[in-house]
Amino acid sequence: MTASSTSTTAGAREHARAQEGAAAGTVRTRPVVPASAWPTPPDGVSPEDLVHAETVAGGGYTHLAVARGTHVRLTDLDGDACAHVLAFHAEQPWERLNVADTVKVQWQVYLTTGHLLLSDQGRALASVVADTSGHHDTLFGTTTRARNEARYGDGAAHGPSPAGRELFALAGAKHDLTRRDLPPSISFFQGVRVDDDGAPQHRGSAGAGAAVTLVAELPLILLVANTAHPLDPRERFTCTPLEVLAWRGDPTAPSDPRWDATPEGRRALDRTAAHVAARTARPTAGATR
Amino acid sequence: MTTTDTPALPPAARGAAAPTGTAPAGTAPEGTGPSAPAALPAAATGAVVLDAVVPARAPWSAVVRRGQLLTIIDLGGNQAVDFLAFDAHDTSLRYSAPDTIQAQGSVFLTTGSVLRDCEHAPMMTLVADDCGRHDTLGGACSKESNTLRYGHHTAGQHACVENFLAEGGRHGLGKRDLVSNINWYMNVPVDPDGALGIVDGISAPGLSLTLRAEKDVLVVVSNCPQVNNPCNGFDPTPVRMVVTDPSEG
Repeated sequence: MTASSTSTTAGAREHARAQEGAAAGTVRTRPVVPASAWPTPPDGVSPEDLVHAETVAGGGYTHLAVARGTHVRLTDLDGDACAHVLAFHAEQPWERLNVADTVKVQWQVYLTTGHLLLSDQGRALASVVADTSGHHDTLFGTTTRARNEARYGDGAAHGPSPAGRELFALAGAKHDLTRRDLPPSISFFQGVRVDDDGAPQHRGSAGAGAAVTLVAELPLILLVANTAHPLDPRERFTCTPLEVLAWRGDPTAPSDPRWDATPEGRRALDRTAAHVAARTARPTAGATR
Repeated sequence: MTTTDTPALPPAARGAAAPTGTAPAGTAPEGTGPSAPAALPAAATGAVVLDAVVPARAPWSAVVRRGQLLTIIDLGGNQAVDFLAFDAHDTSLRYSAPDTIQAQGSVFLTTGSVLRDCEHAPMMTLVADDCGRHDTLGGACSKESNTLRYGHHTAGQHACVENFLAEGGRHGLGKRDLVSNINWYMNVPVDPDGALGIVDGISAPGLSLTLRAEKDVLVVVSNCPQVNNPCNGFDPTPVRMVVTDPSEG
């Protein structure tokens, strides 16, 4: 029996170090680090302002911690992504997305451009500033291991048909969040409408290339699980890659038309600004030498 | 009879203890609002384990054992009863609105609806319902959301989240344990354009609903104090909570 190339530490190291180059250009679903190396920044965004660039596999997940003002664009690359999203205030993650308040306060369940993602503390976590899809869902949440086992035969995070809650549990754990910290989530790119009698009608996606852009109104932890919608009617688990791109920017300002678009939104953004102001020290004269 | 014999429960969760007191079986509870009828709805079968009137605006909690029935009576009519449920032995398993409405294919609850937990398992079944439909979408009112919905002048008003935090805290539950809750007797239509709103109720005095526990369940309730929308007819009133055990009596 001859020794393999990895039978010594030197050989194993050489083997490991050769992998990056060997894989170049062969793996589509991966992060690009640094994000400034992303080949196609959005119009008007300089590469240096990109802070996260990743293609998430169907059945995969990612998580981002981003500053207030960061723009986060989700793109359904091939037409069958479903981005399940949870948002937490990064400085105090007990403050988190509250779907019920989001739809109740804004008198609207069909989320699109101009709407806010509200926290349980009456503040805006994020604004939706662009949406070329319109096929989203605020009501039916994500999938569980039990439901995916029943529908597809498996629901484990690293199996062939991962449940959204299993993916959220892993993504959240990387921010010291537990299953208790996972409330009902929203999802983008697989639309649902509700009949007069309360029954859901699954509308599917808006097609390849649809995108949604969120602006972080507070520093955020975002958990993103890309997996089939719980009401997806297809027998076979179907989910395609999701692009996640984030870049530095500004939060919504009082001069923006969104600020005053509705009295509820104005009060949410006012409360958010007050919260940020109270935590921001006034620059002290002479503090720098 | 109370059931206080499950050592697996945290001390505060034992005994189905209601902070608002209990009335002896078969007698009219002494409420401060509309008169409470002594007679129980037909669906509330078995021996009475617990019979309580929750005053207007107050919280309440109890453990309902597997197989027992919880009947909620809307004494004054159109009184929203904000409702959360937890596995009494593992409170990380809790009511999930999305799982419940996914599985039943409707956003409204009525007879036959199964309340599911966050891992999709059945917790309780709605076995009788006089009202016809109940809300799963609107969640609880809070001081914070009230200021967004009605103005900052409402910040001092009582709200359901205050009740949930206070009553949940008695069982070791905190803020992270609060999720989208059920609103019994609350009418929240979704219009074709997606507009959702809390509108005038369709309940009436004396209407009731009955839930069967599919496992031992800790129920935490806020008898909604909201006065800025029609969910309580702008006049919060008491509700009656009765736990019966069909395996006895």
